[in-house]
Amino acid sequence: MSDILPFLKSLISVSGVSGHEVPVANLIKQKWTPLVNELTQSKLGSLHGLKAGSLKKSIRPSVMIATHMDAIGLMVYRIVDEFLYVTNIGGIDARVLPGTPVIVHASTGEDLYGVVAMPPANLLPDGEGSGVIALKYLLVDTGLTPNEIAKKVRVGDRVSFGTEPVEMSGGCVSGHTLDNRASVAALTICLEELQSKSHVWDVWAVASVQEEVTLGGAETSAFQLRPTIAVAVDMTFGKGRGSSGYQTFGIGKGVTLGISPSIHPFLYKRFKEVAERVEIPVHDDMMPEYSSTDADAMQLVAEGIPTMVLSIPQRYMHTPVELVAMKDIQRAGRLLAEFIASLEADFIERIVWD
Amino acid sequence: MLSIGSSQIKLLEKLCNAMAVSGAEGEVRRIVLDEVKPYADEVKVDALGSVLVRKKSTAKKPLRVLLDAHMDEVGFMIVADDGDGFFQFETVGGIDPRHLVGKQVFVGKDHTVGVIGAKPIHMTTASERQNTISVDSMRIDLGPEGKAKVGDRATFATKFKRVGPSIMSKSIDDRIGVAILIELLKHTPKNIELCLAFSVQEEIGLRGAKVAAHYFNPDLAIAIDSTPSRDLPDYEGRENISYNTQLGLGPAIYPAHSPVISDPRLVKFLAETAEKHKIPYQFRQPGGGGTDAGAIQQTRAGVPVVSVSVPHRYTHSPVSVSRVDDWKNTLNLIHAALKDMDSSLRGGR
Repeated sequence: MSDILPFLKSLISVSGVSGHEVPVANLIKQKWTPLVNELTQSKLGSLHGLKAGSLKKSIRPSVMIATHMDAIGLMVYRIVDEFLYVTNIGGIDARVLPGTPVIVHASTGEDLYGVVAMPPANLLPDGEGSGVIALKYLLVDTGLTPNEIAKKVRVGDRVSFGTEPVEMSGGCVSGHTLDNRASVAALTICLEELQSKSHVWDVWAVASVQEEVTLGGAETSAFQLRPTIAVAVDMTFGKGRGSSGYQTFGIGKGVTLGISPSIHPFLYKRFKEVAERVEIPVHDDMMPEYSSTDADAMQLVAEGIPTMVLSIPQRYMHTPVELVAMKDIQRAGRLLAEFIASLEADFIERIVWD
Repeated sequence: MLSIGSSQIKLLEKLCNAMAVSGAEGEVRRIVLDEVKPYADEVKVDALGSVLVRKKSTAKKPLRVLLDAHMDEVGFMIVADDGDGFFQFETVGGIDPRHLVGKQVFVGKDHTVGVIGAKPIHMTTASERQNTISVDSMRIDLGPEGKAKVGDRATFATKFKRVGPSIMSKSIDDRIGVAILIELLKHTPKNIELCLAFSVQEEIGLRGAKVAAHYFNPDLAIAIDSTPSRDLPDYEGRENISYNTQLGLGPAIYPAHSPVISDPRLVKFLAETAEKHKIPYQFRQPGGGGTDAGAIQQTRAGVPVVSVSVPHRYTHSPVSVSRVDDWKNTLNLIHAALKDMDSSLRGGR
């Protein structure tokens, strides 16, 4: 098994705010090209890598594995002198922002280093300057002059978190956008495993766009590719400070299998059996209504697609310091490959509803 | 004119990236000692850990001038080990807790990387997100097998950057003052006896400067520090009348910082020196926020003092912003002032 860490670090060092995924898509393209039979891109920009199965083409079913490659981030909504006011793309708790290093993706194509600043109370409307400062009042300062900003930055320019990836104890890595680049890394491991594993089904490795805003990437890719079944790989909540309870899972302790209306019980069952057979620790992840992953959209495509959610536990989701265990990424990749290899030609015909 | 070139930038980068939380200034002290030894006539580390440097004059009965810059920075101390790599911490110095969650930190002598995490937004309620997160509910997470000792210090892990006309870094307050003192030692005019205090524990009560000033017994003293610029736009477009200082307008001379009144002769002398040498300068708006000048003024039978600061935005946060030109102009103002000083500035009226 190759060492995925350097690829993961480069994945979380490159931008891809929802709707603007080109930089990360280019990096994934490069990595996947030697691992798939063909690689194309959807109209919205999702990557479709086909690893062809061995069954006769006319009767060959396909499984789509969706790992969203987009990231939460910020967008410039107003410029005053050298200061940029920003709004959120995707779910961001404004409390993590003051003092956070960011990268402004300027219209000129330049990436500008910056920091999120919290204005003093006397510069804000009455009553808004104490306690938590609302996102709309926060500013990005790039250290440049008003003149330089006027030349480089426009309303609508994107801003990414600027935290650098770091390796931590216990084989963990921390940085921003591990949600969901850790899953892209896991799918990459799966493709590497499949190079020497026979599988009868076609595999569509998909790096989807815009999950953090509409799930629209996976939805449209599922429509275009019309897979027989679909699996979303995403992050779930890691146990940690302030995070406990049934929704949270120890990091480095295994991956999770969703139990949800979004999930086809037959797929869950197969994943569980495969995990037990190859001794990969898995935990049940209860999602009583929505899975809040690409699965929710893929399930409802066309006449409906049986879907599954496989998740990697992560601490501090949607903050600049997300934290995952490399072991869990490896497990997710391997479990995916074993699941794919387990799919018989008539797997779908064997579905039995109770 | 003295300039800020790549060697000065490199030194400031090294100083800013070092960890020197008040009371544990060793990393910066080592850098300072290495830098000053070749140029000083006397170097000592005092009882609190400040580096005290003397450069003699060739004049008879020279004016003895103390320049002070503090080596310490605000930061954290590990106070309890919760197990599984989680550590409770306290802040050291004035840190706004709103700057802490979602940040990377360095812990201990090895600069072990940790993070101060936050509950995922998905698991919070809208009303919960209106409440600030208290320091005692935060933990530094060093990873599941992370090790640290109670008493270890920690700082923000952000790295120094040189960007356009600016520098962006933690601890510009007051490593920029430390860098200025080192540069001035290399260019000391011979008319004065120059005493340098690279002081400790400024951020927690001006402690190092107090005893350093006692040791030197100077005729006058200037605290070289870094002061906040609150020169941001008003959200509703009203005039910002409480900016303290503004980036890019040059060294900030303090007429007063509550409750310390600078010696008016020194304020006038510095402003006149700046005018004479065509060096831009600004007056810091009088108001709160202390410097070591406060402690030095009350030393022995009293010392005439003034503070001069390089302005920075975003005080005591992971990333402050200063202009290289303000740094250069502060360096040159103090250099010109030292050259122009004579015994008429000696204390007593």
